[in-house]
Amino acid sequence: MSSVVLVSLASMAGVGILLGVVIAMAHRKFAVKSDPRIDEVEGVLPGVNCGACGYPGCRAMAEAIAKGEAPVDGCPVGGAAVAALVAKIMGVELKGGSRRLVALVRCGGGRAEARETAEYVGLDDCRAAQLLGGNKGCQYGCLGLASCVKACPFNAMFMNDNGLPVVDKEACTACGLCVKACPRNLIALVPDDMYVHVLCRSYDTGRVVRSNCQVGCIGCKACERVCEDDAIHVTDLLAEIDYDKCTNCGKCAEVCPTKAIVIEEGRFLVTKKAAS
Amino acid sequence: MSKAKTFRGGIHPAGNKELTSTQAIVAMPAPAEVTVLLKQHAGAPCRPLVKKGDVVNKGQKIGDSDEFISAPVHAPVSGVVKAVQPSRDPAGSIVQAVVIENDGEERLDPSVQPHPDLDQLDAETIKKIVREAGIVGLGGATFPTHVKLSPPPDKKIEVLIINGCECEPYLTCDHRLMVEQPERVVFGTRALMKALGVEKAYIGIENNKPDAIAALEKATADYPGIEVVPLQYKYPQGSEKQLITAITGKEVPFNGLPMDVGVVVNNVETAAAVQAAIQDGMPLIERIVTVSGEGVRHPQNLAVRIGTPISEVIAAAGGFIGTPKQVIIGGPLTGVAQPDLSVPVTKCNTGILVFNELKRPSKPEPCIRCGRCVDACPSFLLPVTLAHLSDIGQYDKALELGLLACVECGSCSYVCPAHRFLLQSILVAKREIEAQRYKKTS
Repeated sequence: MSSVVLVSLASMAGVGILLGVVIAMAHRKFAVKSDPRIDEVEGVLPGVNCGACGYPGCRAMAEAIAKGEAPVDGCPVGGAAVAALVAKIMGVELKGGSRRLVALVRCGGGRAEARETAEYVGLDDCRAAQLLGGNKGCQYGCLGLASCVKACPFNAMFMNDNGLPVVDKEACTACGLCVKACPRNLIALVPDDMYVHVLCRSYDTGRVVRSNCQVGCIGCKACERVCEDDAIHVTDLLAEIDYDKCTNCGKCAEVCPTKAIVIEEGRFLVTKKAAS
Repeated sequence: MSKAKTFRGGIHPAGNKELTSTQAIVAMPAPAEVTVLLKQHAGAPCRPLVKKGDVVNKGQKIGDSDEFISAPVHAPVSGVVKAVQPSRDPAGSIVQAVVIENDGEERLDPSVQPHPDLDQLDAETIKKIVREAGIVGLGGATFPTHVKLSPPPDKKIEVLIINGCECEPYLTCDHRLMVEQPERVVFGTRALMKALGVEKAYIGIENNKPDAIAALEKATADYPGIEVVPLQYKYPQGSEKQLITAITGKEVPFNGLPMDVGVVVNNVETAAAVQAAIQDGMPLIERIVTVSGEGVRHPQNLAVRIGTPISEVIAAAGGFIGTPKQVIIGGPLTGVAQPDLSVPVTKCNTGILVFNELKRPSKPEPCIRCGRCVDACPSFLLPVTLAHLSDIGQYDKALELGLLACVECGSCSYVCPAHRFLLQSILVAKREIEAQRYKKTS
């Protein structure tokens, strides 16, 4: 009886050892040499697989970095901290400290400020609403159907009571998915340390803007005249701030007759007007 | 009579055509001011040929383009150009427009010259007249007619089909035109046949319009090459590809054009416009518009100058009853709801419909996988799958499933018991793919 157990144990062990040797030899013979840095880089990447870098997930990004196809600071989510770690693994020097970016929704015309010309009945998606022209008088303003909020993989956006998306600046990683989701191109990535913004993208004439929205840019150029740093310019009836020159002095926001230029406060973009 | 021809799929919405189908077309007086959009057709926009302060005559060309796929626009009234400015079109985009203040003189432009007898015109001359008259597909697609008449040399056109189906509910503008002016339609058909060099033409009419079928059968009695074909009453019978299948039995290939099966399709009103361009020399400055719906006091068909604000057209039909909830330009199934009643009538404006309540619930419910949209789809597609793929952004897979064969008829959304916005989802994907392709080529 015991011999049956022993024989079967011995034969199973023999087969196991034999196969183990075969596998070990095959592993040596057919080994795929992979760059060890891929695993290391993947280890320091955020691992959210958001795709904001343009590659299908963090692993693909790590492979691209190891091959030298992607830049070491190519992960928009990780920012400077991750870029420094990746640069160390790759043994390259990181050029210049870039500023941290956050998303900014450049429309201040919510339900309270912008005139609605229609009731939208349809798919709950901004691109679908854009096909029909949207429900606001302003053809440039936020459609308010939260496609950007749904696109955000970091829970860094939400809709406020006024029907506008708000960015949580601490949670925002500047991945840029909301920028792509907006059919009206309202969202931009701006430096985190800038506090003065033009919250309007309307190229309409002042008369049209005023008829559609209380807080639209009418292209009056008052901001351009008051700016001491040559940082704000009106082109095609719309003011735009050059964030490389702006010093956050806020003079333009004070003179703006429609309050389209705002000084933000706090973690969420809370404007003085909305707070009052 | 044998069983009326038709296609597979489709829906049977309530026609509601009796509101306007028995009343004669009324000519609406020219308005005090017209806004003529410089892009009223598929293709390249026109550049303005006039500037502010210019005096223009009725029928004068005021916009043209050098591109082949484009069509000129003409002044519908005589008067003074008030402005050349951006204006909103019924589809919601902003295009350049010429605003003309009507002086009431109806002064004809010297270029408006009747052409001699049809027998003395050759195919090239007819094509030129059609192009210069700014004629586009008046069924709503507004594809320039002269382009349809000029197929590439390797495509042999054998048959012309004149589309008198008018399958959309409420609309009766083509119906009234066929009943009242069948000889115009027949003359235009003969001109189009000559331009294409074909011997055979069919006029397809749904069998809910027996008076139109009778009128055209009488008018075509002397022309053996033209045959009137009664078709089953079903939506979208008037869709080009479905119409070709119903009449000739041929299937337009996927991603192909009617000319791939040797067919050209034109609307009855387009044929009538060709007649006006040849016999009167008058370019396309007027079209028939069905003003209908529960929210209009006197539903009727009006012959309206291009460029008239739709608010004035509604006023000419007696104005609103009650508070309008929805104003649609086009038919109820393919038309576009308007937030702004100052938009002008364009060449594609088949109807203006006013409703005091929405025709469907506004909140969609979850799909119950009943497959009714698949049964209804006249293009043999899976609307539920395509809509889902669009919602999750997988446009490539939607393309593989034949997304671009969708004719945008809206039958799927109409039959959906969960009231899902199927067509709108599919449209998002189609427009997104078109935008991507445009980016790649430019």
